[in-house]
Amino acid sequence: MRRPEPLEIFQPTSIREAGALVKEKGPGGRFLAGGTDLVIAVKEKSFSPKYVVDLKRIPGLSGIREEADGGLKIGSLTTLREVEISPIILKRFPFLAQSAAEVGSVQIRNRATIGGNMANATPSADVAPALLALEARARIAGLNGERVVELEQFFRGPGQTVMAPEEILTEIIIPPANPSLVGEYIKFSPREMMDLAYIGVAVAFVFNASQKLCEKVRIALGAVSPTPMRARGAESLLEGQVLTEELAEKAGAEAARECKPISDVRSSADYRRDMVRVNTKRALLNAAAQRPGKWTERRDRRY
Amino acid sequence: MKKTIHVTLNGRPTNLEVPAHRLLLDLLRDEIGLTGTKEGCGTGDCGACTVLLDGKPVNSCLIFSGELDGADIVTIEGLKIGPELHPVQKAFIQDGGAQCGYCTPGMLMMAKSLLDENPDPSDEEIRFALSGNLCRCTGYAKIVQAVQDAAAELRAKRAG
Repeated sequence: MRRPEPLEIFQPTSIREAGALVKEKGPGGRFLAGGTDLVIAVKEKSFSPKYVVDLKRIPGLSGIREEADGGLKIGSLTTLREVEISPIILKRFPFLAQSAAEVGSVQIRNRATIGGNMANATPSADVAPALLALEARARIAGLNGERVVELEQFFRGPGQTVMAPEEILTEIIIPPANPSLVGEYIKFSPREMMDLAYIGVAVAFVFNASQKLCEKVRIALGAVSPTPMRARGAESLLEGQVLTEELAEKAGAEAARECKPISDVRSSADYRRDMVRVNTKRALLNAAAQRPGKWTERRDRRY
Repeated sequence: MKKTIHVTLNGRPTNLEVPAHRLLLDLLRDEIGLTGTKEGCGTGDCGACTVLLDGKPVNSCLIFSGELDGADIVTIEGLKIGPELHPVQKAFIQDGGAQCGYCTPGMLMMAKSLLDENPDPSDEEIRFALSGNLCRCTGYAKIVQAVQDAAAELRAKRAG
């Protein structure tokens, strides 16, 4: 395996200092969070950054906070393992914890960060559909202050985001959710672990269990378009409706029509489309069933 | 581009002067001479290079030395408790948890970390924890058994 070329690694201790470094050193540098994408890119793809700015010495960028209004704030340097095992997230949004646990291995998740995962903007990132279904926003800090963008608008294409080179993703904001919100994430991949998603489906909706009524339905898909995407047509089919198996099937078919998959080494576009159809239906029904127990105990339900 | 870093390596405070881009794996093997940690894939898929960084298992093939100032690192060479092998090491020997042995140091570091967090794991939990540690001799059944036996031994020690 190829080794990295010599490079300079800076360790700024403030966001301002980090942005200023990038401005001063110019193009060709990279921010470093957990390194599980960057170091692999350097080793596998002969990509040589001119310099690296390690963000891990900047205080205040990691941790999960519950806000007074019921929303959650997840610092960008929070590791995926922390998201996976966080008691708050397991209680409030278990499918978000699960989506984090679907990434790589424990070793990878101990380094990989939620912010790095979003900033890397891989279409198949498992956490992205779960966050889109929760209508998460991204807080971005630049040299001239901060801005907050909808996560859906954050992604621009594979590896592309709305951030300027010197900007830093500092926080993922999950708005307050109705206590009756249910959700599910299904990663469809041939291997149970250590694999990238062929497709990913996250659903979240406010569910009146006695009447089986769905409201505020959000469906998000991964690995079937240049960016993680919402399936708005499928959402509107379900809005204010009684969830039945037949309606879930229809929503699945609509999501399959809406998505824009490509054929690549992992899967054909047709197969991806069909798996979106099947797994959207399954995710909706699983979420409504609200089976108790740890998600790890019910992985078999996915297939 | 050399950088001075201060780390705790297997319990011993250590000052090192290293190129910032040197990977932790290479730092351990080539500069310090701790060759127990192995390189398998080099891309974070196989877990052969697993070490504990600040108490958590990580792939040492994906970390720059320049990130490490202040870190606490434990490698397979630091797993023993005094002169005694760690219970996971004993159990792997006793149960035949190693065939060619190349993945074993990584397996042991991951197993130790699992048992630190979860003293009584199910087989499923062991397999989940070890899913990032590949054994190409395909000896997983005995590895899971060894982790179970080590868990029992550690529980007995604690109770005793």
